[in-house]
Amino acid sequence: MAVTIIFLGPLRDVAGAESREVPGPLDWAGLLEHVGEAVAEQLNEARVNVACGGKVLSDKTQLNAKDGEEVALLPPVSGG
Amino acid sequence: MDDIRLVTGLLDPNQAVDNLAVAASDAGGIATFIGKVRASGVEALELSHYELLTLPSMEALASHAHARFDLMGLVMLHRVGELAPGEPIVCVAAAARHRRDAIEAVDFCMDHLKSAAWFWKREKRGGEWQWIEPRAADHTDLARWSEKSGPV
Repeated sequence: MAVTIIFLGPLRDVAGAESREVPGPLDWAGLLEHVGEAVAEQLNEARVNVACGGKVLSDKTQLNAKDGEEVALLPPVSGG
Repeated sequence: MDDIRLVTGLLDPNQAVDNLAVAASDAGGIATFIGKVRASGVEALELSHYELLTLPSMEALASHAHARFDLMGLVMLHRVGELAPGEPIVCVAAAARHRRDAIEAVDFCMDHLKSAAWFWKREKRGGEWQWIEPRAADHTDLARWSEKSGPV
């Protein structure tokens, strides 16, 4: 089992992948370490949100993803 | 009757609005907005979404619209995937007893879909893909409803 990190929107291009599997559990420090410097830099911006198990975290630095969970990195949206 | 969906093939607004008219036959009016890919300049548009959040966020938006306006039915269809110029991207239609509820509910839903729903848009011009960030005006539009400005 592992934690799957999903790169959404422009972060997909920055990461060079749609997703990546990393060993769980995964906390904020671990996430920053696993995603690479360029993505980590964007993650530190307030306008980038993080979801864990389908729920957007009100405080992304409190991330605590268990084995088998999905962690989504959500840059600013643009729909319609 | 609510019809809230992500659409992967060609979006047919007419069918959905016709169904709404039948289901909400007692409505005093139906307001409809159809957003399209502009026919000039853009070669293609791609909308991506996140399975675990996007449709649930649209359903939550529909609930907010019902709580705020007196509606008899709501249609909210949003394309995902690659779209060609001229194709419909989004269709929002609201049926209500009174005109203002219908019109304002559509405006409310569109403002939230533009800058507070889980979609990411990029367009292809001159063979190059470019991600589209929400414009400042989109956020101003959203703030008119004076709710929390984050995604629902």
